[in-house]
Amino acid sequence: MKKGIAKLTLALAATAVAASVQAQTFVFCSEGSPEGFNPSLYTAGTTFDASSKTIFNRLVEFEVGTTTVVPGLAESWSVSDDGLEYTFNLRKGVKFHAQKKGFAPSRDFNADDVLFTFQRQDDPEHPYHKVSGGSYEYYSGMGMPELVTEVVKVDDYTVKFVLSKPESPFIANMAMDFASIFSAEQADAMLAAGTPEQLDLNPVGTGPFQMVQYKKDSLIRYLGNQDYWQGAPAIEKLVFSITPDASVRYAKLKKGECHVMPYPNPADIEQMKADEDINLLSQEGLNVGYLAFNTQKAPFDNVKVRQALNYAVNKQAILDAVFQGSGKAAKNPIPPTMWSYNEAVQDYPYDLEKAKALLAEAGVTDLKTNIWAMPVQRPYNPNARRMAEIIQADWAKIGVEAEVVSYEWGEYLKRSKEGEHDTVLLGWTGDNGDPDNFLSVLLSCDAVGGGNRAMWCDEEFDKIIMKAKQLTNIEERTKLYEEAQVVFKAKAPWATIAHSVTYKPLRKEVQGFKIDPLGGHHFYGVSLK
Amino acid sequence: MSQATTVSGPKVQTPFQEFWGYFSQNSGAVAGLFFIILMVIVALFANFLAPHSPIEQYRDALLVPPVWVEGGSWTYILGTDDIGRDILSRLMHGARLSLFIGTLVVTLSLGLGIILGLVAGYFRGTIEVVIMRGVDIMLAMPSLLLAIAIVAILGPSLMNAAMAIAIVSLPHYVRLARASTISEANKDYVIASRVAGAGSLRLMFKTILPNCLAPLIVQATLGFSNAILDMAALGFLGLGAQPPTPEWGSMLADALQFVQRAWWVVTFPGLVILLTVLAFNLMGDGLRDALDPKLKQ
Amino acid sequence: MFQFIFKKLLLVVPTFIGITLLTFTLIRMIPGDPIEIMAGERGVSPERHAQLRSELGLDQPILVQYFDYVQGIFQGDLGVSLITKTPVIEEFLSLFPATVELAFCAAMFAIIIGLPAGIIAAVKRGSVFDHSVMTISLTGYSMPIFWWALLLMLVFSVNLDLTPVSGRMDVTYWIDEVTGFMLIDTLLSGEEGAFKSAVHHLVLPSIVLGTIPMAVIARMTRSSMLEVLGEDYIRTARSKGMVPMRVIVVHALRNALIPVITVIGLQVGILLSGAILTETIFAWPGIGKWLIESIGRRDYPVVQGGILIVATMIIMVNLFVDIMYGVVNPRIRHAH
Repeated sequence: MKKGIAKLTLALAATAVAASVQAQTFVFCSEGSPEGFNPSLYTAGTTFDASSKTIFNRLVEFEVGTTTVVPGLAESWSVSDDGLEYTFNLRKGVKFHAQKKGFAPSRDFNADDVLFTFQRQDDPEHPYHKVSGGSYEYYSGMGMPELVTEVVKVDDYTVKFVLSKPESPFIANMAMDFASIFSAEQADAMLAAGTPEQLDLNPVGTGPFQMVQYKKDSLIRYLGNQDYWQGAPAIEKLVFSITPDASVRYAKLKKGECHVMPYPNPADIEQMKADEDINLLSQEGLNVGYLAFNTQKAPFDNVKVRQALNYAVNKQAILDAVFQGSGKAAKNPIPPTMWSYNEAVQDYPYDLEKAKALLAEAGVTDLKTNIWAMPVQRPYNPNARRMAEIIQADWAKIGVEAEVVSYEWGEYLKRSKEGEHDTVLLGWTGDNGDPDNFLSVLLSCDAVGGGNRAMWCDEEFDKIIMKAKQLTNIEERTKLYEEAQVVFKAKAPWATIAHSVTYKPLRKEVQGFKIDPLGGHHFYGVSLK
Repeated sequence: MSQATTVSGPKVQTPFQEFWGYFSQNSGAVAGLFFIILMVIVALFANFLAPHSPIEQYRDALLVPPVWVEGGSWTYILGTDDIGRDILSRLMHGARLSLFIGTLVVTLSLGLGIILGLVAGYFRGTIEVVIMRGVDIMLAMPSLLLAIAIVAILGPSLMNAAMAIAIVSLPHYVRLARASTISEANKDYVIASRVAGAGSLRLMFKTILPNCLAPLIVQATLGFSNAILDMAALGFLGLGAQPPTPEWGSMLADALQFVQRAWWVVTFPGLVILLTVLAFNLMGDGLRDALDPKLKQ
Repeated sequence: MFQFIFKKLLLVVPTFIGITLLTFTLIRMIPGDPIEIMAGERGVSPERHAQLRSELGLDQPILVQYFDYVQGIFQGDLGVSLITKTPVIEEFLSLFPATVELAFCAAMFAIIIGLPAGIIAAVKRGSVFDHSVMTISLTGYSMPIFWWALLLMLVFSVNLDLTPVSGRMDVTYWIDEVTGFMLIDTLLSGEEGAFKSAVHHLVLPSIVLGTIPMAVIARMTRSSMLEVLGEDYIRTARSKGMVPMRVIVVHALRNALIPVITVIGLQVGILLSGAILTETIFAWPGIGKWLIESIGRRDYPVVQGGILIVATMIIMVNLFVDIMYGVVNPRIRHAH
């Protein structure tokens, strides 16, 4: 019997060795199945990792590891003096992927592909507009249909965008995932074949990797694009091994079943740091987790009550237990890595006496309320139920009795948008590194009934951020945003909880991997030792 | 009279004595019974027995291991969870919930199942067809999925989870009650009381039901264990009790991310679930053997 | 005989209609809509929301939606997933082989261990072996399956490093997908290591999933054997001086197996309907996990279509078992 087991172990060890010989394959343990392979149709990072970051390029791109915009499929661009015309000079000799079975391109990338990509999203009459559900969340969410009046093909390698008003973040928008360039030739071929939806399921792009196989909930396989315009990637074969559970991902990483994993459990960080085989990269995330008070409901319309409850939240306990050290206490609604972050703002310390005093001042006794805890895990809040339990216990100490409430995710978002909550845990991850992307989305009067979960409409605050939005001078804007943060803190519509630190555990043999502050995962330039 | 008893051989046993005679021969069943009694006592007196409050967070004692492991202490015998709550105390208070939920589920599904089954088996005809088709439909759906859908509709909470489990376990009771009713309905004693003028209600509940109870009691005991398991599964999927309620399944689910670092947060709730369910199954087996006339030769 | 089968088949029709109605209504009764879930924290404006609803056909009257759905079923069309825009049937077919493969291996595990254990326990009634089989099977029967899975994974994969953690095969092997059954595909590919890896990945999930069926089969076999062994003809055979082994194999086993086969059939039906918990824990890309996620995302067509297929399978298996039972045991056939 013993011998048998020993033999079995040997055999297993042998297979393990055999597997690791084929070292050219790079495995990324991704956290879920992509919704599809057309990044303009979806909003989830999981989908972007599997599509725009691997298969596609954009006219301009964010330099990996930064939020700086660099040339992509456009070699250069120019802006007219009135800020209404953006002209892009396209790169020549860029090849689309050729599929083994299916579509093979006959020409290089040119202006037609750019036109197709944007007209599809912009023009309701476009033959592809309605294909695959036809909802272009980012394109419409960023207000692009109103902003872009016309996309003009000047010649085969020059494209001009005409805008309805000057908009300085336009170039950064062009680097976002939804602006990934598709092949117009493939689109025509699929339309002619009567299978236009194939364009979104099985697209070709110009990116560093070509998708060759997708098995839902199981894996995605890519081949390195040998003709890539920046040079062939060092990774010949790339596999996304879809593994939804974080502890399972970690176990696989430890055993060498994958090379990089996203979203580790905060609980496992300590162990990862100690692990010889694992490098742990970290970066402060572009996000904030908060508890929003419903300022339209009594007694939360009283600023003293909000302040009191702020004083009664023990952030250190939350950071210790929920973030396990992988977080940073938040005092402002924007993360510290963002420009205009106001260092001078003083946070409410954990002070139960002060909290009680403020409650008494406000004349509030026997407060019974609720804390909504989100049912999903997010980097800005890895375990909302736990967080709610901690806040609940702390508030109990000042005589506030809170019930922890949870709904299913869709319901949670909808009900909190409508303001059914007393207090709600939520958070935000930035798209493009602009403070406006936090402050006006989450706290402006316009956002009440939308992203503004505090239902907070403060004239003073709103005036400042609206003014800042229209300016182009960064220094002037910084001053205004700093001021806005002071107002925010004093009026306390939220208890700001934490900014997460993003950790990326990777195996020692991985080289050249960079953390993307915008949350994506890039494998071009990565290699195995 | 008293003389007669001393003379005659075997004692006349009350039904209960007879039952206990069979039951007590089965050592597993007795062990199960004792474990359940123990759990009931723990559940009833959890307030006095538990060393700590189940929701008190000892912030300076996060993830303390059990006492026999290095670093453990007698203060927290089975260790603490990730926000410093005593696991033993949570388990003890959790027993209360699990037993309560078990009772609630069994009462609901048994009661409703008996009514539907009796009606179907007694009246036959269209009403039987309707009820039994309904049962078939429910049996054709994966029960966990059905329970999940029901909880999602009602909103996640302990009570709603219990409701969902009661609904999905209904079909077994209906089938059993109907089958027994049909087999009893044509027996002489039922016909006799029908002839004597007993009404339908009386016939159903007073005459037939007591004679169908044995298999239903057995099913109820086993249903108890299923209820606890299903509850834990729902809790595990995050659809059961809401925090900070110390329900066993959700304790397990919440602690899942610590599984590689602190085995005790996951091991003990699971073990308690296993033992409790096992105890009910052992007792159910014993009950079946003791109540099933076929084996009483 | 045919009348019996026909009658049984006829009974399936209302059940089938009931299932379409039930799934259709249940999923729509769950509060929260697919559009909100898709939008996430980012949210969606009321106008856009209305527009999307109409694009997805959710603004139609409920009856119209239902009849569209039923009409689709008759044309073999179960609709298109709201999220991935892939036809439901296509998604199902791509995930189902994984479920079948796991169910098959789990059933094999359960039968290979459960059946002999039950037989021996019955023959040696009251022995230590009998008691251990009964204890183990009752424990297996009482096992919270998700906990069991975690425990095994922790011990065998993480601590002892004997089995892989999750997935169906070492992803570094690039195997063409022919049938979707990893065991067959890897064999076809001719790569020995790939086949070994596929087997290797199946071990833990099969044991976990097979635990309860194993317990059920062992218990059923034992009690059924005991019943048969106690019957007159067996006693007669024994008294005639037949060797016990022959008695067991020729006479007892054949008769005792009928109820056991029924139980196996029902268990397989349950296994095929997707092992939700096991698939979730082992990241097994099967239909159980698919259905759960679709409920979470309110992907109406997937939930409706997926549950319909699963329920149909369960009905078919039950029907088959019923009919087989009738064929084997004439008393039942005539009772109807």
